[in-house]
Amino acid sequence: MTDDVLVRWLRLAGAAVADARERLTGLDAAIGDGDHGINLDRGFRELLRRLDEGLLGSGPPAAVLEGAGRALIGTVGGASGALYGRGFQRAGAALLAPRGGPAGAPDERSREERAVVAFGAAVDAIAALGHATIGEKTMLDALVPARAAFEAAVGSGATLGAAARRAAEAAEAGAQGTIPLVATKGRASYLGERSIGHLDPGAVSSALLLRALADAATGA
Amino acid sequence: MIALALVGHSGALLHALREMVAQAAPAVAVAIAGGTAAGQLGTSSPGIHEALRAALRASDGEGVVVLFDLGSAALALEMALEELPDVDRALIAVSDGPLVEGAVRAAVEAAGGAPLAQVCAVADGERATAKLPPDWPDRPGGRAVAR
Repeated sequence: MTDDVLVRWLRLAGAAVADARERLTGLDAAIGDGDHGINLDRGFRELLRRLDEGLLGSGPPAAVLEGAGRALIGTVGGASGALYGRGFQRAGAALLAPRGGPAGAPDERSREERAVVAFGAAVDAIAALGHATIGEKTMLDALVPARAAFEAAVGSGATLGAAARRAAEAAEAGAQGTIPLVATKGRASYLGERSIGHLDPGAVSSALLLRALADAATGA
Repeated sequence: MIALALVGHSGALLHALREMVAQAAPAVAVAIAGGTAAGQLGTSSPGIHEALRAALRASDGEGVVVLFDLGSAALALEMALEELPDVDRALIAVSDGPLVEGAVRAAVEAAGGAPLAQVCAVADGERATAKLPPDWPDRPGGRAVAR
């Protein structure tokens, strides 16, 4: 992934979260504590402020991802900030991880291959920190199928933009698929069976972030 | 002496809880991390990290028992703990006990000079301690916790 795509993604994601702020908060009010949109918007505003002031956005993608994660962790105040923040940080760290070959050798992976590594690390980190898995009415219900779709698309030669569109579609379908699920994680789990019939706000925000990635990577 | 770190969503709640703890055990150091950096309801792993470090310093290396409230508090706490060096992490015990009762109970135990594992164990034990007397009337579904 080039810095341009990455920074454009963060900006589009911030705009998408701001647009969806009331909707996400409404979804969360139905089954949680009603702060998902407010919290995430606060975090992305801070992230955008750091981009605007040049505190974030320069340097290699790994550093930008790490800084984006730090901005969210420090300001969101809910589980979503910790989870997304950790996801961004681990995505950045994965880009720096040893990948065989002599030390200091240039990174010959394509940007698509690097994006697969980063995306996978983010989803793994979110699952580990949340002690959650697919089917529990969480953001993983969007992210896990999105990761699979992204990897499959890259594996069959898709560009970053095309793969991200497939990931966004899979995430949107996964988010819709949370409606009949019973929440067993987070504040929504207090509702038990009364959580059935509602979209999971975290799955919806994950789909928004991936749609923003698809738009950023295709220049939309 | 063992110190306490209290973690939660509300600064107001934790300030008040610290007052309650101080009334029961004035000698015990209590660090709190409640609410976001901007003062809203929520949890903040950087804030929790600072509270853990403050409690460690106050305990003079003896150890810290942590109590926390609901939802994202456990998640943010886990992240804050991961940021500590192993030598500090080993001095911190996280209790699964209820925040209010566990904090007061743990502080009294700490004030008596108990070691880390024992202070944490009494805080954990508050999970199973009945608060209602056995002859409490009109309780739907009977007693939640056996005496």
